[in-house]
Amino acid sequence: MAMLRAATRLSRAFRTNSIFESHASPLSLSSVTVKRLDLRCLLSTAAEAVAEPIKPDISISLTKLLIDGKFVDAASGKTFPTIDPRTEEIIAHVAEGDVEDVNRAVKAARRAFDKGPWPKMTPYERSKILLRFADLIDKHSDELATLESLDSGKTYQQSRYAEIPTMARLFRYYAGWADKIHGLTVPADGPHSVQILHEPIGVAGQIIPWNFPLLMFSWKVGPALACGNTIVLKTAEQTPLSALLAGKLLYEAGLPEGVLNIISGYGHTAGAAISSHMDIDKLAFTGSTEVGKIVSQAAAASNLKPVTLELGGKSPFIIAEDANIDHAVEVAHFALFFNQGQCCCAGSRTFVHESIYDEFLEKAKARALKRVVGDPFQNGVEQGPQVSDEQFDKVLGYIKIGQEEGARLLTGGDRFGQKGYYIKPTIFADVQDGMRISREEIFGPVQAITKYKTLSEVIQRANDTTYGLAAGVFSKNIDTVNTLSRALRVGTVWVNCYDVFDAAIPFGGYKMSGHGREKGIYSLNNYLQVKAVVTSIKDPAWL
Amino acid sequence: MPRHLSILIPRPIVLDPRHSCLRRSLSCEECRMRCLLSTVAESIHEPVKPSISISLTKLLIDGKFVDAASGKRFPTIDPRTEEVIAHVAEGDEEDVNRAVKAACKAFDKGPWPKMTAYERSKILIRFADLIDEHSDEIATLESLDSGKPYEQSRNIEVPMVARLFRYYAGWADKIHGLTVPADGAYSVQTLHEPIGVAGQIIPWNFPLLMFAWKVGPALACGNTIVLKTAEQTPLSALLAGKLLHDAGLPEGVLNIVSGFGPTAGAAIASHMDIDKLAFTGSTEVGKIVSRAAAESNLKPVTLELGGKSPFIITEDSDIDQAVELSHFALFFNQGQCCCAGSRTYVHESIYDEFLEKAKARALKRVVGDPFQNGVEQGPQISDEQFHKIMGYIKKGQEEGAKLVTGGERFGRKGYYIKPTIFADVQDEMTILKEEIFGPVQSITKYKTIPEVIQRANASPYGLAAGVFTKNIDTANTLSRALRVGTVWVNCFDVFDAAIPFGGYKMSGHGREKGVYSLNNYLQVKAVVTSIKDPAWL
Repeated sequence: MAMLRAATRLSRAFRTNSIFESHASPLSLSSVTVKRLDLRCLLSTAAEAVAEPIKPDISISLTKLLIDGKFVDAASGKTFPTIDPRTEEIIAHVAEGDVEDVNRAVKAARRAFDKGPWPKMTPYERSKILLRFADLIDKHSDELATLESLDSGKTYQQSRYAEIPTMARLFRYYAGWADKIHGLTVPADGPHSVQILHEPIGVAGQIIPWNFPLLMFSWKVGPALACGNTIVLKTAEQTPLSALLAGKLLYEAGLPEGVLNIISGYGHTAGAAISSHMDIDKLAFTGSTEVGKIVSQAAAASNLKPVTLELGGKSPFIIAEDANIDHAVEVAHFALFFNQGQCCCAGSRTFVHESIYDEFLEKAKARALKRVVGDPFQNGVEQGPQVSDEQFDKVLGYIKIGQEEGARLLTGGDRFGQKGYYIKPTIFADVQDGMRISREEIFGPVQAITKYKTLSEVIQRANDTTYGLAAGVFSKNIDTVNTLSRALRVGTVWVNCYDVFDAAIPFGGYKMSGHGREKGIYSLNNYLQVKAVVTSIKDPAWL
Repeated sequence: MPRHLSILIPRPIVLDPRHSCLRRSLSCEECRMRCLLSTVAESIHEPVKPSISISLTKLLIDGKFVDAASGKRFPTIDPRTEEVIAHVAEGDEEDVNRAVKAACKAFDKGPWPKMTAYERSKILIRFADLIDEHSDEIATLESLDSGKPYEQSRNIEVPMVARLFRYYAGWADKIHGLTVPADGAYSVQTLHEPIGVAGQIIPWNFPLLMFAWKVGPALACGNTIVLKTAEQTPLSALLAGKLLHDAGLPEGVLNIVSGFGPTAGAAIASHMDIDKLAFTGSTEVGKIVSRAAAESNLKPVTLELGGKSPFIITEDSDIDQAVELSHFALFFNQGQCCCAGSRTYVHESIYDEFLEKAKARALKRVVGDPFQNGVEQGPQISDEQFHKIMGYIKKGQEEGAKLVTGGERFGRKGYYIKPTIFADVQDEMTILKEEIFGPVQSITKYKTIPEVIQRANASPYGLAAGVFTKNIDTANTLSRALRVGTVWVNCFDVFDAAIPFGGYKMSGHGREKGVYSLNNYLQVKAVVTSIKDPAWL
């Protein structure tokens, strides 16, 4: 029964979008989970029990660059391997785009923007293409989800029932915006008629990360297309596959050639070429703060293209003394461990009020021990491998640092199994603010729990970071909730929930977590220019 | 009293309340005298001595006027006489640090962001009243330091500063967030919060207007400020800062550091405790401050940079009006406008007549002491600018553009330059590609609308454009096709408070004035709360 409750809670909390409940049968994830949970729980503590990896039924057919509506080899002829993080083996060799390919892509995008037809089509026509694309996503959701999980190691259930439906939902959302981009008429101080046109900005360069390849595709491509722009998109070298299929489907939906160009490749070559390109009018980047600084400087040094950034985070999750502890444990667990801990907004500093600290620790440990780790293609698995060798080593390195700095290791702390980039769900308690695991982004399944006494203390400590992406607040007290919601210097505050990523909710950072907002009405600003047209008028009837 | 720049155009003299002639007319003796003066360099009299004593020369930090930490001072120069007006405290990194500390305290501890928006708005309204009350003094400082005509400062710019602060005072209590439809059982609100400490760097061509464009929205949104003025024009902002504190601004909310770009400006751009940077100046320096912001704490940056704005005159235009407006578009403020209409495209069918009349108008331009009534054009701001412009004039001649009038210094003292026109300018010539920032009009001929669109857009800049036509199709086609932040149709330099201003391409990003300007000084926070048993979604 306790198991059932936990699983149901998970499904409630587990809302990258809530649509996933209505698309799949309402109980899909939770009911599947429940049946297998006991077995999995046993497995999860026994490293050697990982079975032979499941072979998903898919053939990888799209591995080239998508330029000007065609799949083409890299100009250099080079390819790079993309790795299955479960097995550390090669899935496929993918064309490796570089400066010359970016140049070709920009040329295609430039022509598609300057000559059309994309920005010269009516918004209604553009919106219909986006709607058709959303239908195709639904139709191909098994295939998209399989590619996504194979390349990234995230659970198939998460891809298939949460992320892919969210992707379709986002494109329907942006399709709806396409014909609702209103300018303004403006009161003048004299005899002038003033209108403001909101125009597409031109060619958008977009660089997306590996943790949510298709969702980041949607956050970036959706608003850019809705606003009438053309795109050169670079995917992460760890996860190039799913975007190529999505690109193909967009063209099937009727996208004119050259409007979306996809370059697979590396940051220091293809990414750098996009950031510093003189014919790209706008740059959007999601990734680390370190690389965010590099691309911003490249944009400034080249043609001063405006930049939106979604960067790192070290988001506090604050549990007040009045919180329901079981519920708080579950949501805090989800806030950190979701997607193998590979979320920029992971609730990676768990602040627990001292009055409930000991009970919370005990229950958080029990929940982590129950976390089902295993092959992401197996039903009921909650946690797959980390995305890559590099990330795997980085996360284990932070676990070592945490122990060296004197944080108390409650559970986990080492590799899971002998093959693949699996890491046991790990919890540190009594973490001090000065420790590196409390200051730096770990991006893995490592929860750092710390104790606090007063509200003003926790505000000060929560804000004492260079990051400001998100925060969780867990409380029944309306005053606590409202005080914290205003005081926390972060772009999103989730109150008694976490990781709610509805299409209309803006997402983005304060401080060094970035600037600009994605999703919601605010995201359109990133892809629009504002033009004031001021016309002298004769004999105005009113002003 | 006209408060509108564009009103300058048909009736330039109307702005002078002390001048009895309401219309420029050669029948008026005084006007004719002035027209004569403008072509005779040696007839500049002794410079007018404005009745003002310069009392504010220190840095404004934490509500107090203080010396620079280093004790250093720098001279600010009267561009009419090339002599020192005053020595001003020279802020450097340490002064910026002190200013940021004060601004952080005023933001983090309050009272500024914790006051009600209504209280903040009342302070801004009181400040606007004080500007009106002190407008003679403010305008005198502005013209003395910058060389712009006193009539322009007193009757246009200073009233516009007051108007802008009343505009932003009105916004303070109208900064609405949103409630947002959710895809599940959540209540979603977005809060539009002040961003924190804003670093602002302003130029010398419109010191007080740029002060208003920057300080107005930042304060209305509840932020605190570290402002750096241009080293050429430090004076008027210090008086404005004093008046803002007189109006009730809490200490530390606005800090003003006079000083130079490589020292004080660089310290602001790269400061780790400044949350937002706004810069107006050259594209070259815009790149430097953007990189410094990215390298330090990734503070978001808004930029208003250079321009090379086309002014397009179609075949159906009223030529006399077009001549007057394009003259104004370029020569206003000694040509020192980022949005100056510095590429005059004239349809071939009216080109010759246009040239002749443009020349006649330039010859009539009244150049002289900016404190003399009726003067339209004062000196350039500085020695450096003076030489830069003279260099461009030389370059234009070398590259084969036809010098129609002007082309040399005016008088023997001060940074005066004769109104200059080049005709038959070709697209690849330097004077048609680079920003001159002086009284040099470049006129060129075109045949078709697609041709002029292509040529007008073939520039790394995209700040503004003028379109002169009676044909609605031409006006609408051009308005959409020109890749610029502002299109003025049958008008130019209309700078109403509600009209957003800013650039496409390398003319910058972000918009100042209007509702859009608030975004520069607000953070967006989504607050998502789980709700029980929602009655509706």
